[in-house]
Amino acid sequence: MEFIFYFGDVFTPVSFALLLVGTIGGLILGATPGLSPTMAVALLIPFTFQLEAAQGLILLGAAYTSTVAGGAVSAILLKIPGAPANIATTLDGHTMAQKGQGAKALQLSFLSSAVGGIFGVLLLIFLTPVLAQWALAFGPSHLFWLAILGVTVIGSLDSRSVVKGLLSGCIGLWLATIGFDDIMGAQRFIFHPSLGGGINIIAALIGLFAIPQVITMFARGRRNDAAEVIKVEKHPIGGAIRELFRNNRAMGIGTVTGSIIGLIPGVGGQIAGLVAYDQSKKFSPQRDKFGTGHPEGLVAAESANNAMVGPSLVPLLTLSIPGSPTAAVLLGGLLIHGIFPGTDLFDNHPDVAWTFINSMLIGQILMCIFGLYVAGLAARIAMVPQSVMAAVVLGLAVFGSYSVQSSMGDVYVMASLGVMMYFLERFGFSAAPLVLGLILGPIAESNFIQGSMIANATDGMAPYFLGGGLNIFLIAVVIASILYSGYLELRSRRYTSKEEIMA
Amino acid sequence: MSDLTLPRLQHIIGSGTVAAVGIWVTYVSYTQQPSEAFLFPRLIATVFVVLAAWTFFKACMGWTKVGNGISVAQMTNLAPGLVVAMVYIFWMAKGLGFYTATTIAFFVLLSLYDPAPHRALQSWLKRIIITACFIAVMYGLFALLLKVFTPREIMF
Repeated sequence: MEFIFYFGDVFTPVSFALLLVGTIGGLILGATPGLSPTMAVALLIPFTFQLEAAQGLILLGAAYTSTVAGGAVSAILLKIPGAPANIATTLDGHTMAQKGQGAKALQLSFLSSAVGGIFGVLLLIFLTPVLAQWALAFGPSHLFWLAILGVTVIGSLDSRSVVKGLLSGCIGLWLATIGFDDIMGAQRFIFHPSLGGGINIIAALIGLFAIPQVITMFARGRRNDAAEVIKVEKHPIGGAIRELFRNNRAMGIGTVTGSIIGLIPGVGGQIAGLVAYDQSKKFSPQRDKFGTGHPEGLVAAESANNAMVGPSLVPLLTLSIPGSPTAAVLLGGLLIHGIFPGTDLFDNHPDVAWTFINSMLIGQILMCIFGLYVAGLAARIAMVPQSVMAAVVLGLAVFGSYSVQSSMGDVYVMASLGVMMYFLERFGFSAAPLVLGLILGPIAESNFIQGSMIANATDGMAPYFLGGGLNIFLIAVVIASILYSGYLELRSRRYTSKEEIMA
Repeated sequence: MSDLTLPRLQHIIGSGTVAAVGIWVTYVSYTQQPSEAFLFPRLIATVFVVLAAWTFFKACMGWTKVGNGISVAQMTNLAPGLVVAMVYIFWMAKGLGFYTATTIAFFVLLSLYDPAPHRALQSWLKRIIITACFIAVMYGLFALLLKVFTPREIMF
């Protein structure tokens, strides 16, 4: 119950103002198609440099929470999911809006997002300290395997091709070794002076998430993509609350499914929303109405994708292993303030950890309140032409990456990685495992070196890294995740057909 | 082997480039000294080169199933924007100063991709106003609020 003592810190004028800015800004950014939560949080990091660690995290956490919820606005009113997490929301949400129930759909969406989100954050509050204590038992070999697990799970589960996902992870791990070696001081892979200090994580994150999106917008050309915003009529909030209680089964399924999926590293909100929608449909006596503007589908999808947010941070805050690309960006936000997640965070910086977690709890409530008011504005901003959006994101990426260390080298790294990622994505590679490799690379390497030293002084490398119950368990999970994804890829043929490739 | 279509050629070039990087990383990792500093890179490079070689082999055989490549239309669309963005980042930003370079690049990109007709005076006025507003916001955020000292060569 330690978290209760830090609630007051959320309500200091600066912290609360940042929470409001992050929430309202996140709702608007989330509603903008093409601006994913990860990209929004990455672009916000430069704005946290001058803030205290807790305040910076409040801003990033609020933006993360509300971009996921804000994506529902464009999903409902424009039939364009603001983020991949909102794909399932369009199925019933937009149909409700077409039937003149847009306001009710938005109200239900934000209310169920808040319920799911609060449950998810409570899970984060109660699970994190327990797991953080458990993590104390981890030695260098276990942490090495955990880092490798983080890369392989996302590489295999988050990609359409297991081999290309793992290869993306390898590229990330290699990029993390660029620069001077920590122990020997040797130069490694420095083929340009701007890489002398290694690749700056924040500049890399901005480049890897923002630049491919900018180039994708360029690739669409001078197309007029303006979709029609469905106008919403007023609807009493009391009616939406009663409707939410009537759909308590869908809300329960969505919340539980989202929370469980959030805990699994690499499995994002997109899957949470779709799985919850599917499960809710299976258990509903009115399953035929799903897809025709049925509130149950909307409630299940929205409660799931926000319930996923809190638990997705559990592996990050306890084991330093970001479970999702957005969690990886948040890790970047922690590292720039010299704070390492895990036991260090809860033992030495409990104020930062608990203020951040508490702010996410308050943020869910604010998101629900403000979501209902800014939905109309957010939908209008979602209509901003792609040409403007591309130029704005490019400008923000350049200024943001420069402001990290006032270095043009970081801007060059950001641009080079971004262009490289765009082309890699076109050939089936994925940004998420590459980012995880880049972030977890130093953790994996330092633990590998420490473990090697211990191993050389004791039983040797093989018994140290491959022996022991926990090592064997982690290796088994690494192999199982790869085999399972390979099996899924073969069975369901998730890849595009040859005809599609040739098209 | 089936016909060498554009997407297949792109896959061969793309995966070939990744494989070439993999070979270079492996070569450097196993030849550079001190060897202790390259212990971890060797571990990664070994996996990297095996996966890259397999991907390249699949691309050469035409077995690649994932990734649509880039169509000619997409290349034509993105080329001007990419050139402007690269000139902006790698030359203009430092040479002309951040704000001047951003103003020019923003306006050019907006003009290139804005679907509004180029012959209408109203479209140009709109673009000028949007550019001015964006630069004002960026100046307010980065120069005044965050106090980031960016390269300034011309004007401001």
